[in-house]
Amino acid sequence: MDRQAILNELKIVLEPYTEDKEMLREINDGTDLVKDLKINSANLVDIIIDAEAKYNVEIDMDSAEKMTTVGSCIDVIMTKMAK
Amino acid sequence: MGRRIVITGLGVVSPNGVGVPEFLHSIQHGVSGIRFMPQYEALNFNCQVAGMPYFEWDTLKNYVSEITFHGLKGKAIGYGIKAALDAWTDAGNLIGNDQTLWETGCVFGSSVADVEVVKNVITRVDSGEAKKLGSRVVEQLMNSSVAAYISGRLGFGNKIVANSAACATGTQAILMGYEYIKHGLARRMLVGSCEHVDPYIFGAFDSMRILSRKFNQSPEKASRPMSQSACGFVPGSGAGALILEDLEFALERKATIYAEIAGGANNSGGQRRGGSMTAPGSPGIIRCITDALADSGIGAESIDLISGHLTATAADKMEIQNWGLALGRNGRNFPAINSLKSMIGHCLSAAGSIEAIAVVLQIWHQFVHPNINLEDPNPEILETINMECLPTTMIKKEINTVAKANFGFGDVNTCLIFSKYNNG
Repeated sequence: MDRQAILNELKIVLEPYTEDKEMLREINDGTDLVKDLKINSANLVDIIIDAEAKYNVEIDMDSAEKMTTVGSCIDVIMTKMAK
Repeated sequence: MGRRIVITGLGVVSPNGVGVPEFLHSIQHGVSGIRFMPQYEALNFNCQVAGMPYFEWDTLKNYVSEITFHGLKGKAIGYGIKAALDAWTDAGNLIGNDQTLWETGCVFGSSVADVEVVKNVITRVDSGEAKKLGSRVVEQLMNSSVAAYISGRLGFGNKIVANSAACATGTQAILMGYEYIKHGLARRMLVGSCEHVDPYIFGAFDSMRILSRKFNQSPEKASRPMSQSACGFVPGSGAGALILEDLEFALERKATIYAEIAGGANNSGGQRRGGSMTAPGSPGIIRCITDALADSGIGAESIDLISGHLTATAADKMEIQNWGLALGRNGRNFPAINSLKSMIGHCLSAAGSIEAIAVVLQIWHQFVHPNINLEDPNPEILETINMECLPTTMIKKEINTVAKANFGFGDVNTCLIFSKYNNG
């Protein structure tokens, strides 16, 4: 799965957690989940749990802490999928 | 005479009607909300019927944000949110302001946290998957969950409390809201309660052998308060919510006033003299009713209608005797008395709020709802009161004052006195 494919899937994962659907359509590597998509920081753990199920990976807590932007999410997911 | 507290909004999720218009129609026409539960047959319960609201879960999308809706699992929480927000809009208020309403608070009770939510936690934790639970579980495990969801949605900034007093929870929540306003601590309170009797709670009651088990084939006949063939109660689920306001506050904003709360009392018999963990004692009940009357300043002779606790157990007879002793009235002189439980079963902590809404509707529309399934009134009850006091079809009559009581496990009692709003 390439970065674009992961990004497209990520939009589906993030969908229930943001009210800003317009911003969601336009996300790129630099999009910050909390600052730009206005996601409640408490929900970041839910996004990680959903991403684990979506990509069939396990994301450890240290990696999860890095997942603050769309780009870093894709980095972590790609690394985990490669294992 | 101090502050007067009035009721300006109603919201209900009842086994026989979701929303006030449907609920009103049902209570006027004696429509039962008790249905057969195939799952309960499969689980080998003695009682296989329940009062279960026809609740469309997706309706909640119109009540909470998409983000809140996603991950919302607790049924009782859903019922509570719908009833509360309906009451709020019924009172002429808008949802979605960005202000904190410092003058408005909330007392919203329940008897147990949602066991289905608890089950999910137990399953995940026991299989070593606690980290899969996510961020939304704790907020739904809290006893204050419903109060927190409601208050957050509406921006309430006064006291936010979740009360719990078993089957007296609903009436107690109303009384607590009334007292906060009466003491000048808040100007408006959203009060109510909710209950979802899932198979786990139901099973625990079933094991006590206090549920109706002889009418599994005819569910609408299963809840039979005050009848000779009464053989236990039918658990029900739902929620009720009311908006209480300081009269001046309500008049300032030109609110519709459905009724007034004239007074109330909440006590316990101390689990002495007939009272126990599971049964109310007569001295506590009588004292609760007379204290409520004293608080209201209304004489016992003015009570037009009693909305009883009357669950359809052996306690019905004792309850009626206690009402007679507390009011000093019996025979033909006894007020009309009805039990909403004949139609919806016993909604446990939600009973008080749903039944109080029925009381307010009977005052607002001037009628007495029927007791259904009372073809065979208990002869021992008829030794205390006249059959004319037990309407089996709707009666249109002048209703100025209604006494409403509920009694809960732990020997806790609550009695409220409602009156028609009189602007004099």
